[in-house]
Amino acid sequence: MALAKRIIPCLDVDNGRVVKGVQFVDICDAGDPVEVARRYDTQGADELVFLDISASHEGRDTIVHVVEQVAGEIFIPLTVGGGIRTVEDVGRMLKAGADKVGINTAAVADPDLVRRAADKYGAQCIVVAADARCVSQPLKSTSSGMLSHSLRAQGEPPRWQIYTHGGRRETGIDVIEWVQRMEQYGAGEILLTSMDRDGTKDGFDLELTCAVSDSVGIPVIASGGVGSLPHLVDGVKLGHADAVLAASIFHYGEFSVGEAKQFMAAAGIEVRL
Amino acid sequence: MNSVAVIDYGMGNLRSVSKALEHVCPEASIHVTNDPTVITEADRVVFPGVGALREAMAELKRLSLDDLIKQQIKQKPFLGICLGMQALFDSSEENGGCEGLGILPGRARYFGQNRVDKTGHRLKVPHMGWSMLSLTRDHPMWHGIAPGSRFYFVHSYYVEPEQDDHIAAVCDYGGAFCAAVSATNVFAVQFHPEKSQAMGLRLLDNFMQWNGQ
Repeated sequence: MALAKRIIPCLDVDNGRVVKGVQFVDICDAGDPVEVARRYDTQGADELVFLDISASHEGRDTIVHVVEQVAGEIFIPLTVGGGIRTVEDVGRMLKAGADKVGINTAAVADPDLVRRAADKYGAQCIVVAADARCVSQPLKSTSSGMLSHSLRAQGEPPRWQIYTHGGRRETGIDVIEWVQRMEQYGAGEILLTSMDRDGTKDGFDLELTCAVSDSVGIPVIASGGVGSLPHLVDGVKLGHADAVLAASIFHYGEFSVGEAKQFMAAAGIEVRL
Repeated sequence: MNSVAVIDYGMGNLRSVSKALEHVCPEASIHVTNDPTVITEADRVVFPGVGALREAMAELKRLSLDDLIKQQIKQKPFLGICLGMQALFDSSEENGGCEGLGILPGRARYFGQNRVDKTGHRLKVPHMGWSMLSLTRDHPMWHGIAPGSRFYFVHSYYVEPEQDDHIAAVCDYGGAFCAAVSATNVFAVQFHPEKSQAMGLRLLDNFMQWNGQ
């Protein structure tokens, strides 16, 4: 039996509270990170990602306590991202109990940060979060699960660029070149988010996911666009993702992590059941 | 009194290890420490670690923990985790080659970039995620661990013991590799029991009850 494909719920944290409408039927306090983490752990989540979206310094300080609390009770891997600017930030999260730290905007501003952090703490704990947008032409909407063959049919190969600041700021950096460079610098994993698909529920950008996953030797987590369980299957089978990340389908109680895993197993994907 | 020293030499997430031990054994006294006295007086020793072996060995030497570990490992139940397993062996291919503690014969090898699965797909390195163990022998540490249980791994190097009778479990990643070793009172695992949910906690519980025989 081979390595299981991982299913990773993502939680947005603002000022120490989980936001973005987590709705579990029988949870006492849907905003409590420990309660939400515990629920996903019980459902069989393979890892958890906490994304700190606090705007203020005070807000960002609270994520450390969130990590401490969750890591003290939930014994699965925990990744923390958002607002990581320095090697010291990485160290603080690891000390609080995070297993991996996601670096996004700061890596674009200072790529060597990834090298310094990986040298100090090991590649296994450095996740480079890459936010990508298709720039070769206006995005074609495709039916779920289908690769966008229309792009190739029109002659222009798809190209994607790295965006920062939540997808608002363009960098001019080619995504494939970027992830390969980050792998060389010591990233242990890539968290790839399609900003075109994020929040659309149209499914992953499978061409992007496949292009990135096949271009690096480190694991790739697909993110952005999951609206149904077949999307998760497509992410692995067509996108070649090593792990799939989703937020809203789990938060709003549409599906449990367990249901997602059963669905993937029935589709022939190896998962931890 | 059941006391455990979790050796702190600055390599990795020790909080998770101590919290998981507290979780399975609330009455035990758990010390995350590099104090030789505390380590010497503890009933059990956990030797965790992630990252690079060369740095780990440098830190162990700087803190004068290398000789202490060699001495303590003969005397009490001892659990190595991840880098703490690899460090027990003679050497590693890491960074063009570096020496370990040389307590067990064998070396750590790199997975390499050309590993493929049974269908010919290139395997990613690090080996990161949940893989199944095949237990190769009975051991008190395996008590209650169901065959085919999955544990969380994250590593680019794996141990190749010289003595087959040291291997306690294997795992497959483009070929079998050693996932756990045992030698009298020493047990060591490549995976992270503190991150392997219920089965990982079970293993740590077993360790807290193990008499080292």
